[in-house]
Amino acid sequence: MSAFRDRVEGERAYLLRYATLQLRDSAAAEDAVQETLLAALAGEAGFGGRSNLRTWLTGILKHKIVDAVRRMTRETALGSGGDEGSADFDALFDERGHWIDMPQAWPDPDASLTQKQFFAVLEECLAKLPAKTSRAFMMREHMGFETTEICKELAVTPTHVWVLLHRARLALRMCLEMNWFTGSK
Amino acid sequence: MMLSCKEASRLLSQGLDRKLGFGERVMLRVHLGICDGCTNFRDQVAFLRKAMVRLADDPAKS
Repeated sequence: MSAFRDRVEGERAYLLRYATLQLRDSAAAEDAVQETLLAALAGEAGFGGRSNLRTWLTGILKHKIVDAVRRMTRETALGSGGDEGSADFDALFDERGHWIDMPQAWPDPDASLTQKQFFAVLEECLAKLPAKTSRAFMMREHMGFETTEICKELAVTPTHVWVLLHRARLALRMCLEMNWFTGSK
Repeated sequence: MMLSCKEASRLLSQGLDRKLGFGERVMLRVHLGICDGCTNFRDQVAFLRKAMVRLADDPAKS
């Protein structure tokens, strides 16, 4: 009985890192993890050893994260603003719309997918994005939401979601190119 | 009508989130045929998608 509790508790640090990455708010992340652990302990029978414990817990946590995003969206809906506008990607192109720094070819990017250090760099790059941009991007690319679902959760229009996602991709590719794919590897 | 890199990269990105129209796809293909920067961008956002799915993967699986 308490062996299960210990195993669940042992995943706390991992879950907290995962939630913090997505919510960008340590108090909200703590809450989501706490709710997850409680739900897990109450629903031990649902686990039944049929899958990997971490995978099962992460599945519960994803629902808690979506709930938290919903709450945050409601709370900030009035005073939104923040990461709007497109000035940031205007700076990447000249007045005729050409790249100022053309994206370079990355040598064997797939090899990076087996390297822990690569994912640490990717997480650092994600952490530098504005909160709403990062949230939209995580929902789309990590959690696999459709644009329409992201619109609903973040209370924004489809056009705005595309702007957020495009901004995230431009920023991340640049960050990875500078911090991983050139030189320092 | 030629796309600029700014417009092409925007369409490449949107192509991952919605179905592009026929005209958009044709203009992109023409642009990619002559632009290495945007071709690299296209490969990189596809790679980014692959990497994001594996982000925070359970190390026990690999």
